[in-house]
Order: sequence, then C-alpha cells, then structure tokens
Amino acid sequence: MATKKNIPVVEWEYAPSLEGTSHIQLKKQYDLFIDGKWVKPSSGKYFQTINPANEEVLSEVAYGNEKDVDLAVKAARKAYTEVWSVMPAAERAKYIYRIARLMQERARELAVIETLDAGKTIRESRDIDVPLACNHFFYYAGWADKLEYAFPNRKVESIGVAGQIIPWNFPLLMAAWKIAPALAAGNTVVLKPAETTPLTALKLAEIIEASGLPAGVVNIVTGFGDTGAAIVNHTDVDKIAFTGSTNVGKMIQKAVAGTGKKLTLELGGKSANIIFDDAPIDQAVEGIINGIFFNQGHVCCAGSRLFVQENVADKVIAKLKDRLNSLYLGNPLDKNTDIGAINSKEQLETINKYIKIGKQEGAEMYQPSCSIPKKGFYCPPTLFTNVAQSNVIAQEEIFGPVLTIQTFRTVDEVIQKANNTPFGLAAGVWTDKGSRIFNLTTKLRAGVIWANTYNKFDPTSPFGGYKESGFGREGGLHGLSSYVKLV
Amino acid sequence: MERLEVLKTYKIYIGGQFPRTESGRYYMPVNKAGKALGNICLSSRKDVRNAVSAARKAFGGWSERTAFNRGQILYRIAEMLEGRRSQFIEELILQGSTKKAAEEEVNLAIDRIVYYAGWCDKYQAIVSSVNPVASSHFNFSVAEPMGVVGVVAPENSSLIGLVSLVLPAICGGNTVVVLAAEHLPLCAVTFAEVVNSSDVPGGVINILTGSNKEMNPTLSTHMDVNALVYGGNDSAALKELQENAVLNVKRVFAYSNNWAKADAQGLHFVSDLQEIKTTWHPIENIGGATSSY
Amino acid sequence: MKKNQDKKNRFQLEYLNSPAVDKVGVEERVARFQTRSIKDASKMQGLKMALNMIDLTTLEGKDTHGKVKQMCYKAQHLHDVLPGLPSVAAVCVYPSMVKIAKKEVAGSGVNVASVSTAFPSGQAPLEVKITDTKFAVDEGADEIDMVISRGKFLSGEYNYVFDEIAMIKEACGKARLKVILETGELATLDNVRKASDLAIYAGADFIKTSTGKIQPAATMQVTYTMLMAIKDYYDKTGIMIGMKPAGGISTSKLALHNLVMVKEVLGSAWLTNEWFRFGASSLANDVLMQIMKAETGVYQSSDYFSID
Repeated sequence: MATKKNIPVVEWEYAPSLEGTSHIQLKKQYDLFIDGKWVKPSSGKYFQTINPANEEVLSEVAYGNEKDVDLAVKAARKAYTEVWSVMPAAERAKYIYRIARLMQERARELAVIETLDAGKTIRESRDIDVPLACNHFFYYAGWADKLEYAFPNRKVESIGVAGQIIPWNFPLLMAAWKIAPALAAGNTVVLKPAETTPLTALKLAEIIEASGLPAGVVNIVTGFGDTGAAIVNHTDVDKIAFTGSTNVGKMIQKAVAGTGKKLTLELGGKSANIIFDDAPIDQAVEGIINGIFFNQGHVCCAGSRLFVQENVADKVIAKLKDRLNSLYLGNPLDKNTDIGAINSKEQLETINKYIKIGKQEGAEMYQPSCSIPKKGFYCPPTLFTNVAQSNVIAQEEIFGPVLTIQTFRTVDEVIQKANNTPFGLAAGVWTDKGSRIFNLTTKLRAGVIWANTYNKFDPTSPFGGYKESGFGREGGLHGLSSYVKLV
Repeated sequence: MERLEVLKTYKIYIGGQFPRTESGRYYMPVNKAGKALGNICLSSRKDVRNAVSAARKAFGGWSERTAFNRGQILYRIAEMLEGRRSQFIEELILQGSTKKAAEEEVNLAIDRIVYYAGWCDKYQAIVSSVNPVASSHFNFSVAEPMGVVGVVAPENSSLIGLVSLVLPAICGGNTVVVLAAEHLPLCAVTFAEVVNSSDVPGGVINILTGSNKEMNPTLSTHMDVNALVYGGNDSAALKELQENAVLNVKRVFAYSNNWAKADAQGLHFVSDLQEIKTTWHPIENIGGATSSY
Repeated sequence: MKKNQDKKNRFQLEYLNSPAVDKVGVEERVARFQTRSIKDASKMQGLKMALNMIDLTTLEGKDTHGKVKQMCYKAQHLHDVLPGLPSVAAVCVYPSMVKIAKKEVAGSGVNVASVSTAFPSGQAPLEVKITDTKFAVDEGADEIDMVISRGKFLSGEYNYVFDEIAMIKEACGKARLKVILETGELATLDNVRKASDLAIYAGADFIKTSTGKIQPAATMQVTYTMLMAIKDYYDKTGIMIGMKPAGGISTSKLALHNLVMVKEVLGSAWLTNEWFRFGASSLANDVLMQIMKAETGVYQSSDYFSID
C-alpha cells in the first residue's frame, strides 16, 4: 500500500491566455445590407450591441423597420427572378463554395467577434461554431446541382424569397444553417439576426459582398422583434424559417396561417439525458457536462433533464459535483475558459428567476465555488437534485446552465418520464448495451438521439424536433426539403 | 308481395366499435335528386375527443408493428373492400355518381389501397439515410410516424378522397381520426365496416360523420393530435385549422389533388406524415486494423 | 496470503464493476486538455515540474556501465548553464545496472528504479520474476518497475495476474512498486481500465502505461483512463496511487498537457514526483530548450544540450 507522506501541495494555476483582438475589424456603426449595398435604416435609428462579458459597447447597428424589410424583400425578389433562379445550378454551387472558403480564411476574426458579441467561450467559437458554419456552406454548396437526386420521382423547384429569423445562441452558425440550404436550392434570402448578436451576420454580409454574390441574393436586416414580424408578415415572402423560442414560434405559425407561406420552425426543448448503470460512467459524466453547460446552456437541445438510474445515482452525482469544480468560468476570450458569459442581462434574469423557483420548490441546489467576474453577466454551473417531474424547473426551458436531476428504476419508467413533455427536440442515452440503445432510440419522441454522446452537430446530420420543438429539419439531405417546392 | 328491405343504420367508428354518436343527434344529407341518404350521426365534440383517445391508445401498438405486418393488414383491407364492391357502388350511385363513375371509383380505391400496402415496408429505405459526419460517429436518420393524425376528408368525394388520405397515414404507422365528407358520408361508414373486418386493430382508424364546421375546431385544437391533413378546398376552413394548430405546433398538410386521377398517389403522402429522427453513436476505432487488410 | 485473498475478493467485486470506457468519449475529453493554453509563469512552473518528474531511462541490450554513468551524471546536472534547475526524479535501468547507478546518484536525491519480472515481455516463470525483483532490490533499487503477464490477462486469468503482482509487491520490501500494464498490448481502453483496477487492488504503488518497447505507448487516452481508475480508488479508499506514463512523451507540449490532465482529473496533490512520473529518455532536453527559450527569448538548437 502506498504510504502517504506529508508532501506540501503546490498549486499550479493557469495564467491568463487571452485570444488577441487586434486583428479583428469592427466598424463603429453598421448599416443594413440590402441589394448588395450598405443602406442606412429609413428610421435613422441605430441600437448598441454590447459584449456581455464586460458590458462594453462593441458597435452600433441599424434598426430596420417595415420599410427597410420591404426594400430587402423587393431586392430579394428581383435577384430571385432575374438572376439566382435562372442561373445554372453549378454556378450557384460555386458561389456558395466561394463563401465557405472566404469564411474559412477569416475564421479567426469571426470566432473572436462571435465571442465578443455573444459571450461564448473562444474555445467553442473557434473549435465548434465557426468551423461548423463554414462546413455547412461547404456541404450545401454541393447540393445545388444535384437536387433531382434528393427527391426521387419529383420535380424540384425553388420556392422564392425566404425570410429567416435566427436566435442569439449560435449567431453565425444559425445564419449558415439558414442561408446555405436556401441558396443551394435556388432561393434568395432576407435574414434577421438577433438583436443582441448581430455582428457576425454583418461580417458574413461583408464576406458575401466580397464573394461577388449577385446583389440582393442575401440581404441582412438587423433589428428587433418588430423587424422580424415585418419579414413574417410581408406578402411577397414565400417561406419563413425561424429558430427561437416556442412562444415566438407559435406567434409566427399563427401569423403564417392561411397565407400559403412555407414554414419551418426550430423551437425550444427540455431534453432528457438518460444514464443507465452500465454506462461508460466517466464519459457519461462528460456527456452530462457537455450536454448542459455547452454554450452556457444556451442550447435548444441542451440535456437539461438528467435521469440517472437509482443504483448509480450517488456515484454519478458525486462525480458531477467533482467535475463542476474543475470547470473554469470567466472571460470568454481566455482560451482556458470553459463557461463564458450569459448572453444578456435579460437572459441572466430569466435564469436566476428559475433558480429561485427551483429552491422554492424544494429542490436541492449545488453550485461549485467559483469566482464570478464583477462586470458582465455570469451564472455558475448549477445542479438541482431532489427534483420531481412536476417541478417547474423540470418542465420549462431555462436556456441556461441549470441541470435538474431525477432518478429512475426501470427502462419503461424512464421512457415515460423522458417523453412526458410537450417538447421533443433531443435526448441522450448512455448504456453499454446495444439492444437497449435501439429500444430507447425507437421509443423516445425526439428528433435527435445521442447515444453515448451528446451535443454533436454536423452539416450532414438532420436536426429538428418533434411536437412543440418545431417542424422541419436542418442539415443533411432532409434539410433540403425545407427549401424546395416539389411538383 | 315484394320483400321489405332492411335499411342500414349508419354509425360512427371509434376504437374498433360502432357506437351512435354520444350526443344522440343525427342529420339527413340528401342527394341531388332530393332523396335522403339516411339518418347520419351528427358527431359531437365528445365523439371527437373519444376518437382521439382511441387513436392515441392504438398508436403505440400500430407504430411498433413490423412493416411487413402493416403491409399485410393494408392488403387485407383491399381484399375486404373488393368483396363489398357492389355496396360501395350502390352508395356512390345513391350519392349522385353515374354507374360507370362509381365502378371506376371503387376500382381505383381498391387499387390505391394495394398501392399503399406495398409501400409499408419500402418507404423507410428510401427516406432514411446514413449521414457521413466528420467525426468518429455512426449517424443515421430514420422516418417515424408523427402520431395521431386528424384527417379532414375532401368534401367532394365519398370514397376515393378518404382512402387517398387515410391509407398513406396508416401505412406509415400513424393512427387517424377522420372527419368524413359531410354531405357524402355513406362510403365512409361502410369503409369503416370494411376496416373493422380486416385485421386493422381498433383505434388505428376512427371515422366520424357530421358537421365539419362543428368538429374541425375540436380536432384542430386537440392537444393530443400531432398532425392534420386537410383535403378540402375551403381556404377559410384551412386557415382556421392552421391557426388552431398553433396551440401544440401541429403539422398541417393541405392537399388539393384530384383524387380520381390514377396518379394522385405517391411516396410523399406517406413521408409528409413522418418525423425524421437522427441517432448518433460513437465508433470505437482501435489500433491500425482497417477494412482494407 | 489471507491479506491477498481479501484484497482479491475486493478486486473481484470491483472488477465486476470496472466501468465500461467509451474510446470516442475519452478522445473528446483528452482533446479538451490539449486545448488548454499554458503560458508565462504557469508554463515555467509546469516545465520545471516536468523535469523533476522524469525517470531518465536507458533500457537497452547494449547498456554498459559507461552509458549508465553518463546518464546518472545528466540526471543530476540537467543543464548547468541554467542555475536553479531541479534534478530528475529517478534513473531507470535494468537490474544488472542498479548497483552502478546507485553508486553514481548516491546522495543526490535521485532514486534508482529497476525494471524487473523478465522485462519487457514478462514471459518467465513466477520464481524467476521474484528472483529478478529480489536481486534488483538487494542491489539497492528504490523502485521496481514490473510488467504484468499480458498473455495471462488477455486469456482471462485475472487471478494469476493478481497473485503475481501481490507476490512481487512482497518481494519489493521497502521499494515502491510500479506496475507496467503494457497498454499497447491490451488494445482496448476497457482492458486498460480493468488492468488498472487489478493492479491497484493487487498492491501497486504506481501504475505505469508501457515498457517503451511497444507502440502505441503512453497516449493521453490511455493515461486518462488510468488516472480515472486512480481517482475512483482514491475517492473510495482515500489511498493515493501514483501514475507513470512511459514511452512516446518526448515534447514539452505533450508533457504539459499530461500535467494539465493530472491536475484536472486528480488535483494538484498529484503534481509531485512522489505521485507522478514521466518515463522518458528524450523529454528532458526538449523541456530544457523550452526553459532556455523562455529565459533568453530566442529559439534553441539541440547542439547546445547534452544528450547523455
């Protein structure tokens, strides 16, 4: 047996390792990108976008209104009928490839700006968001001249002008998810980024401008909810694609009712992550961590409801708590930061509201001891044990780094509990037993099932939900059908 | 003396049973000649509710049947319908068809059922995919039925419209609650009898007669209905369905095909009512062994 | 022997519970350690720590007293141009070289580790292995690096492997026992985990990845899996077990990433040569070059660093 000697423990801390910001180019003020030109908003109004990590103003961005949206839709319509829909598909593909390459060339700048504007860690922007965004363009570019293979026995046509509204959690990646398939299928685009994270979409506009893409094929109109509503309600828009909250999604579905507009919705979730006793336990713990704390929990498919088989619950929870203490929370620009800033003050308030509710409901809270920066919006990673299915924190989407933990005894019980939600976006299953995985992946009512992994994304892999998590798929072959008309 | 004809009582079909509407109400649609078609159940909101419950209850079992078994059962529907062709022809004629048109419609209905019976164990191979993700994971997408589908049958068709919308839904493992054509309801009820005698588990197909105007809101707002198929041509009614669908983010599909045409069928009527589910699993890659040894 | 039987019972309970290991998940976890950016003072502290954890090794058929003497000198004088450098933790040699090594490092604080048990294959009768071990200990070895019987392990004779480790441990006396799993031959991380649990319960003071004779050797995936076994054992018993990745760690960057992994998995208490070692022959010079670069600001040439 090893004899334990009294050896003084020397702490080894990581010195700050900040990603440089000197190479990025941010203008003081951004206009709207309409018809290939930078256009002042007709209202003359601009709004500030700040860095949620320190509350400093990054830039001012145009506040587009109905008039601006109308201009953008007109430009998109013109580009659609005169250029984009009549261009040989192979040429269309080459434009999209070109955008992908230009994005790759400016990947570092995009990553830094994403981190500044969204508060997400530079590790994630650099290693996940930006490469995936580039790859998405790369993937769909190749589809442009192969559409007839995707839909056997049907004639494929483009739809027309697509209005696209994207959220603040993956600003550039969501822009790519929307724009790439739309362009590949021959549509033109009016896109509205989220008001707290407009910068990378505007940088993408610069890239699109530099790529020589015909004017009006992609238009970026920044603004708030009313700007988005103007896009949804515009009579000359043929297709609406929305990613965001279920509440707003429902408003859009209602507004589109009876108009004949095509619609895809990628909405909220409250996804179950299920750990069986025979799981690769340490990888499962990592999967739980990645499932809920990736991007500060601002992930629609976050594994926010953890179900642990009762006979390993103590072990898993102990390991989880232990692991929380090795996560670094702080400046998102630091390459060693694991948990960055909450996207906005409003979102932080929402998260704190739910944490309060959780405590009031009698759930037991655990947060690691970590120092929170004085400025900026931060929330420590949070676990709730002793949670019941009927607790609000186990039912509503929190969209933050808050995990609820419930235990279960049998397979049937956990399937029922996992499906017992209006949402159906994703689920995780951890077990070493293949036949059980196939049983669960069949019975869980969700659009993405991660077995022995979690929060993986790929341009070739369709993503989207069941039930109130929305409809339509993004990514892969199935993502194409959201942007084509089949006759 | 001529024998006195035994008249048929038209009932609704819920959970494999033929109750009268719980409301006890009836209506009496008439044909062009002004002849009454019969005392038809005027189904109520509660009937809709019961039908949805029955469909939900049947969903698990039906969707988990093997594709082969579903194909056999659908084919059995065609067999049973074939055996009762004369009754359908009579009803179609009574509802205003010519004899020739009626015969054609029944023939087409039978053939269309056979067509979808054949799709049961084939559509999955066509709409699913293995996705070559850029990491060490096996990733595949499969089609899964949406769940309980509300079907508003076309107004202008008694048999073929209903068959054209119901069959692809159940072919894909969904269960359905059908609102029959309000003014041409006879074949819908007889079709229910065919279904009931052909191995289709109770609750997989539920058929209600009555006023669309009255039933549509209940069906389209019902929180346990996953999707709606609208076969009518009333844009106001469609808009209402679409607006009500918002409550639980139902998927709504509207088709305006001429169902009497031979080509008004296809894979997409099946695949529209499918969700795509994507599953990821790591691939353990040990050492240097490759498949090209 | 009764003590061993108790331990074995406990191990068998534990072995039945040895968790499955998902390789892709381990690769992802390891990739996270590799994205850690170690700079400035942290880097210097880490590099010096790494130097002090090295088991400077020569394990060749052509080893001579002359070669061992030179290595022992280097172990105590890593780079005299730079004052204030630590010495390495130990020199690691064959049993026949223990005596000379012991003499050369006497009084320096550098330990002498000896491989034993018919290193590297371990294909010898148990009696020979015990004799091999006793010889090395009698010659003055402070540490014994044994190899497990991989053939027996792979054919499922866990009890044999367990008993063998326990008996070598007895033969070690006061010398600390490092148990080499030779993970490159165990092939799967599930086996690595199982063998780690087995070795720990059988009495290992340290578990060690490799002999250095088989590729792949100390990959971070393997080391991570072994660290998790150490962690679980510590969480259960409060007893610390040491870790020694050996073979293939030849750059400062890789050494620092290993230290990051130890810190984040086991904690800073393990960041001492009492509990963590690098089995390496060429790592020292790369670390020295990095330290010189940090001190002088200019990139270095290997011509300026002795290669003993």
